[in-house]
Amino acid sequence: MRQNQLIDKINEKQLRNDIPDFRAGDSVKIYVKVVEGTRERIQLFEGVVIKRKGSGIQATYTVRKVSNGVGVERIFPLHSPRVDKIEVVRQGHVRRAKLYYLRDLQGKAARIRASLRSRG
Amino acid sequence: MTRKGILGKKVGMTQVFTDNGELVPVTVVEVTPNVIMQIKTVENDGYDSVQLGYADKRTVLTNKPEQGHAKKANTTPKRFIKEIKDVELGDYKVSDEVKADIFKPGDIVDVTGTTKGHGYQGNVHKDGQSRGPETHGSRYHRRPGSLGVIINRVVPGMKLPGRMGNKTVTIQNLEIVNADTDNNVLLIKGNVPGANKSYITIRSAVHGSNK
Repeated sequence: MRQNQLIDKINEKQLRNDIPDFRAGDSVKIYVKVVEGTRERIQLFEGVVIKRKGSGIQATYTVRKVSNGVGVERIFPLHSPRVDKIEVVRQGHVRRAKLYYLRDLQGKAARIRASLRSRG
Repeated sequence: MTRKGILGKKVGMTQVFTDNGELVPVTVVEVTPNVIMQIKTVENDGYDSVQLGYADKRTVLTNKPEQGHAKKANTTPKRFIKEIKDVELGDYKVSDEVKADIFKPGDIVDVTGTTKGHGYQGNVHKDGQSRGPETHGSRYHRRPGSLGVIINRVVPGMKLPGRMGNKTVTIQNLEIVNADTDNNVLLIKGNVPGANKSYITIRSAVHGSNK
């Protein structure tokens, strides 16, 4: 859909251009800025990207990890200023764009094969 | 209480990040500088108000009274002209411009516009009534219900099928997220009435608390 130029102008200012290329199946480290009282520190969230959704300012991605036997998923806006840095740890080889099937699997079955060739 | 107001055009919606990283939905309103067409006073007109004009109109589309009215304010005829009441008259002069900086982020406003027309609609869509069962021999699907006791007329205000939308609606207590004078843009949190490209009136809130 063609958007209005004025809206593009507002969106453009907020888009980040330091985002690495990553896809569903990749293992990532998300450095999240957390405010505790007056202090700001960085918290690490490490897991597998199971979904990328939307485009432009609306774009989000979902990262899943298993913490103490409990599955935890966090949805981040792609261009969020609360995310300090995204680090791609491993590129995974998957045959789906949305990895919802990982929710039903655990342990060895939930592993993702590493991508043979590095993309890019 | 004195109010402020400006006229604009709804451009569309998007999202912006606030300072603490929250993503909020906003409506983009284009507010190219409004021109003060006329100032009405109690002595002259019986009430105080400021008449604003927005969006230029080609002269060929205007009649002479419109041209004369615009000429008094040294401007071109406008497509959208509205009065703002309860204003501080001393702050305004005829032919001055009103810009987006009349509001600042955090201000609470009421937004008036004309809602999208939906045409002739039944009770289920128009008034949000429930429909009857579709099967089991119901024969009562999407009809209006009973019209009440038999008094040989319909009680006024009865919800019946009819034209939906295309009404003037005010949404109260919306927050200004940003006021940008360089691009002549106001960002208002949430949605405002009407289709994109429709004209809207933004006034400081009647009820909301203004800091």
